[in-house]
Amino acid sequence: MTLRNRWRKTLSYCMLSLTGVCAVVAVSMLFLLLGYLVYNGWRSVDWDFFTKLPKSPGETGGGMANAIVGSVQIILLATIAGLPVGFMAGIYLSEFGGRTFAFLVRYMADLLNGVPSIVIGIFAYAVVVVPMHINSALAGGFALALMLIPITARSTEQFMNSVPQTLREGALALGASKWKAIATVVVPAAYRGIATGMILGVARIAGETAPLLFTSGSSDYMSTGFTQPTASLPVMIYYRATAPWEDWHRQAWAAGMVLLFLVLLANVAARLILSRGIAVQK
Amino acid sequence: MSPKDKPIVRPMIMSTANPPSASPAAKPVGQQGKLKAVNLNFYYGAYQALHDITLEVPANRITALIGPSGCGKSTFLRTLNRISETIRNTRVEGQVLLDDEDVMQVDVTALRRRVGMVFQKSNPFPKSIFDNVAYGLRVNGFTGALKDAVEHSLKRAALWDEVKDKLHKSAYALSGGQQQRLCIARALAVDPEVLLLDEPCSALDPIATAKIEDLLFTLKDQCTIVIVTHNMQQAARVADGTGFFLLGKLIEYNTTEVIFKNPTKQETEDYITGRFG
Repeated sequence: MTLRNRWRKTLSYCMLSLTGVCAVVAVSMLFLLLGYLVYNGWRSVDWDFFTKLPKSPGETGGGMANAIVGSVQIILLATIAGLPVGFMAGIYLSEFGGRTFAFLVRYMADLLNGVPSIVIGIFAYAVVVVPMHINSALAGGFALALMLIPITARSTEQFMNSVPQTLREGALALGASKWKAIATVVVPAAYRGIATGMILGVARIAGETAPLLFTSGSSDYMSTGFTQPTASLPVMIYYRATAPWEDWHRQAWAAGMVLLFLVLLANVAARLILSRGIAVQK
Repeated sequence: MSPKDKPIVRPMIMSTANPPSASPAAKPVGQQGKLKAVNLNFYYGAYQALHDITLEVPANRITALIGPSGCGKSTFLRTLNRISETIRNTRVEGQVLLDDEDVMQVDVTALRRRVGMVFQKSNPFPKSIFDNVAYGLRVNGFTGALKDAVEHSLKRAALWDEVKDKLHKSAYALSGGQQQRLCIARALAVDPEVLLLDEPCSALDPIATAKIEDLLFTLKDQCTIVIVTHNMQQAARVADGTGFFLLGKLIEYNTTEVIFKNPTKQETEDYITGRFG
């Protein structure tokens, strides 16, 4: 073996090893994080955590029932407002959009997707909280809906585009109107992908903190309506973790674990649905 | 390709095809033009795909369109039911007349109900066999007995016996040939006056192909058929009239016998005898 050949082999081996090491580092960070979270959180997740209201600062015990209910409220609002708009916009993009306008909408959606979530929070604060003079689940839901719309629109568009053109033509050739063809053939063919995109979108906004900090605010009591300051799991984690009391830190870990578990659950559900493929034969 | 002498003919089929007097249709068969294209030009953007096509499709006859890939025969077929409009940035000049009525003046969904289409690749919807056949009826507001109509269509497409026990199973469970016959049944369900077929057998084996060709003969009495095909033997077997397309132009259009045995144009003869294409 010549020297040059030996050098080439050594270099190849080194680079290959380097990529392997980096891959291990990347994955181990995730497992480290998960392990740390579970280690600190699992002892604090008990029945009280789900059923009791928070105790006063310094007291031990209590739970986050209000934050769990509040998160559900806010996410429900965001879902009701965001999913239909995003879904319809996605259909428009894939089925009706002309060249220029669709390009514009798509571009705007991607921009909105990339807007830092804290900026979305400020915007929601300005247009909902300021006029109402109060933090509310409504404002939080509005902020999260703003994030959900572009995510849903783009994923819906993507899965609608993956339905073969021949199915659309088949429906049109039978005398179906364009809308009828979309509603009865294209959407049913793409529904698994669309549903997956929606679940992942909701899971994504469920973990957002910044848009909620000054929109839904925080509260130690059960929310009485959609126009009251409402606790949510991410915001609760923020306040609990930055407080000076040991027991609150414990609860922040617990909330983090519960939130992570919910997001994980949504991810697994989405994968399960998608693994059955789009309902169209290739 | 095929030898220069006469094309392969399946005698069984020719025997059903030959006597035109056997047709019980009420209309004077083949006397009138069902569909006419008059000076038809078609553009994909700036590219002109069809040049000045003038052609008359006789009623209750099978008309075949042959030609090499990219010659415009499929494009022409797709202008007949205006499905070409689904592609952006296309333009039609000239006229297509259905029973002497300009198709551009007809409501497009009504037109497509009258002019059915079967595509090259079978495209059953992700629904049950029953729902596939019933689809056209449902979107057109059919109020009669859906079950009977579906059964009738499946029988017309010679598929009933193979699927009658699994009507509510997914259409994807069928074989390729069965799926294509399902698509034909689906098109027949709305009782079209004209049936357009765009290379319906290109993905099928000879047995499935034979079944579909047999089917075309039985359908002839009830509707006018235009079939685009790559397969010259198929055109020779099934068609009464044949048109030869080349580079977006209709080179020659005559009875199938003349086209295959005694073409007047050199290009036609070259193509038929396999000198190019």
